[in-house]
Amino acid sequence: MSETTLERFYYDNKIVKYFGAATVIWGLAGMLIGVLAATQLFLPEANLGNPYTTYGRIRPLHTNAVIFAFVGNAIFAGVYYSMPRLLKAPMWNKTLSWFHFWGWQAIIVSAVITLPLGLTSSKEYAELEWPIDIAIALVWVAFGANMIGTLIKRREKHMYVAIWFYLASFVTVAVLHIFNSLALPVSLFKSYSAYAGVQDALVQWWYGHNAVAFFLTTPFLGLMYYFLPKAANRPVYSYKLSIVHFWSLIFIYIWAGPHHLLYTALPEWAQVLGVAFSVMLIAPSWGGMVNGLLTLRGAWDKVRVDPVLKFMVVAVTAYGMATFEGPLLSLKNVNAIAHYTDWIVAHVHIGALGWNGFLTFSMLYWLWPRMWKTTLYSTKLANTHFWMGTMGILFYALPMYVAALTQSLMWMEFGDGGRLAYPNFLETVIQIVPMYMLRAFGGLIYLLGAIIMVYNMIKTAAKGSFQEEEADEAPALLKHVSTSGEFWHRAWERKPVFFTILATVAILIGGVVEIIPVMLVKSNVPTISSVQPYTPLELQGRDLYISHGCVGCHSQMIRPFRAETERYGEYSKAGEYVYDRPFLWGSKRTGPDLHRVGGKYPDSWHYQHMVDPRSMSPGSLMPPYPWLVVNTMSHSDLPAKIRTMQKFGVPYPEGYDEIAVNDLMIQANAIVANLKETGVEVAPDTEIVALIAYLQRLGTDIKKTAVTNP
Amino acid sequence: MYKELLRSIENIEIYPIISLVMFVLFFVGMFIWIFQVDKTYVDHMKNMPLNDEPQNENGHEKI
Repeated sequence: MSETTLERFYYDNKIVKYFGAATVIWGLAGMLIGVLAATQLFLPEANLGNPYTTYGRIRPLHTNAVIFAFVGNAIFAGVYYSMPRLLKAPMWNKTLSWFHFWGWQAIIVSAVITLPLGLTSSKEYAELEWPIDIAIALVWVAFGANMIGTLIKRREKHMYVAIWFYLASFVTVAVLHIFNSLALPVSLFKSYSAYAGVQDALVQWWYGHNAVAFFLTTPFLGLMYYFLPKAANRPVYSYKLSIVHFWSLIFIYIWAGPHHLLYTALPEWAQVLGVAFSVMLIAPSWGGMVNGLLTLRGAWDKVRVDPVLKFMVVAVTAYGMATFEGPLLSLKNVNAIAHYTDWIVAHVHIGALGWNGFLTFSMLYWLWPRMWKTTLYSTKLANTHFWMGTMGILFYALPMYVAALTQSLMWMEFGDGGRLAYPNFLETVIQIVPMYMLRAFGGLIYLLGAIIMVYNMIKTAAKGSFQEEEADEAPALLKHVSTSGEFWHRAWERKPVFFTILATVAILIGGVVEIIPVMLVKSNVPTISSVQPYTPLELQGRDLYISHGCVGCHSQMIRPFRAETERYGEYSKAGEYVYDRPFLWGSKRTGPDLHRVGGKYPDSWHYQHMVDPRSMSPGSLMPPYPWLVVNTMSHSDLPAKIRTMQKFGVPYPEGYDEIAVNDLMIQANAIVANLKETGVEVAPDTEIVALIAYLQRLGTDIKKTAVTNP
Repeated sequence: MYKELLRSIENIEIYPIISLVMFVLFFVGMFIWIFQVDKTYVDHMKNMPLNDEPQNENGHEKI
């Protein structure tokens, strides 16, 4: 290469700095909210006595903050740093970069506002309502366009494997987000899912599982393949392995979603597919982990002294542990014990705290001194952070495993008389309260460690001087002349757009094969003639249930086990959910399942229980909801809701939107009269009346058949 | 509606088999490529993250 052909260009460090700063700010916020939520689980007073900070709304705020704000900004910081350097070209369009940055922060702020207000679609990790969903799609496309533009303008012929992971993440998240968010709006901040019941559940967990795969895993694998070799100052152990890792991971991951729905009303064949592919996933995942750890061969002496490498080693190990545990949890017999318990919570936190958290920390400790052209302010503080973080993970996860096994075994234990040994659900909760306290302690140490890091970062920045742009030189990319005998993979990998399309095809096949049949084949959801649409008042009550995030603690899916049918009643059938938009099966039982709660208690029990759960269930950890008996509902949105449901084919009679409110008042007055008999005075337009109507309806349709068709 | 649409496609049963064959071929091809790939190419790719520092940078060992 001759000097004359060299082109001069500048890397933009400012955008990396901004994304990095956003990572730590939102990270601290997300962790703090997590500690608050963890505290609420043993101290109901920590709900602070208002709907906005009550657990059901705080939990989605925590998960969204950690996944999309903390991890999301970390991904963008890493991509905007590594991609231009790997391709010898600055990011394609600076305006697009800044639109991406501010757009993403605006989305986070809107989540911080809407989620505590109860504006939620209730689908896990996709809670944000439709206008925000559209904004997410726009910003995400800007990010992708910026990446592809950079690829087209690149000066390096070949794409390093990290970039493959970035591209696959981009296309897959786009596809997942669009399909899972399909909904019909009722108003500006209320929509109903385009799918109902079992279908909604399948699409949601196809999304949910792959949000873990393509938001929390593949982009971070890209970061690992870039920052780990840099920090260790040696190339990745096996580049060939990384290629196998990439293709097998993206192909297999997309199929595994149904393992979140084992033993539910999801058709058996879909469950089997989910299990099979989940077990297969261990191979590429461990291939990647081994590749990461072996990159450090001969450099382990450095791991002893360099906090960046320490964080990376624990991160990659946590990735290995979580990806071993994942397939394990997907086995039906293990899942029968683990599902709905704190085991899942422990599992995701090994991933979030260990893999995502520690890799982010290592990246920030590596980036900050470099961008400020100085050395890290204090290696000692970084080491302190490392140990606090590690202890935090252990204090978090171990008590959760104990809690999960204790509670699960108590749920399933039968006494000598063939009856449940612990028929009262609350007994199994009180048993694990000390574990919840330890978990909150673990989270707190982890948070304190992160605060130390922020101090260290600020001090490092103060010590150096920020280099906003970094100059580099490289020859322009010559037009490629095809040589015969060149292998196809190598040729493809030089064509970024074609490569992106190929990766999209790989991930689409899994989704198409699993989802389309459930949508199309009628026999997948056997209809039950006695299952009727919700009455207007029940619909309003259901929307309250959604808005308060009740699904965060209560499932509505009784699995076909004797221990569950004894405790809750008849197991749940697919046909019972045909009018559920969205589905509310839930994924965690901090409280008991509610699918058959209808008719189990009198209206007055629900009234007293919502005002003060501990008056009905002494020792209960459920937060009180006293505002439900004071807050009134205008029901002005009811006609629009009915019309939206009709568009989905819900068989309300024609013109029902006009008269629905009359039916609503008749049902409300009946509940009010019922409550009056027990000495409770309440207005018919209060929220509690709608919620009682919904709770009393739950799971009762199927019982009607038993009476009318003996 | 979609169901009828799908049913109207002749020999639709063959499609899953075609996709399976495509993927098997893709992965077999990938492995063949992996085992015969040019060593200089792999070394070039491997060292990309290490060779991307601007010339004025003085090494990575700064901690």
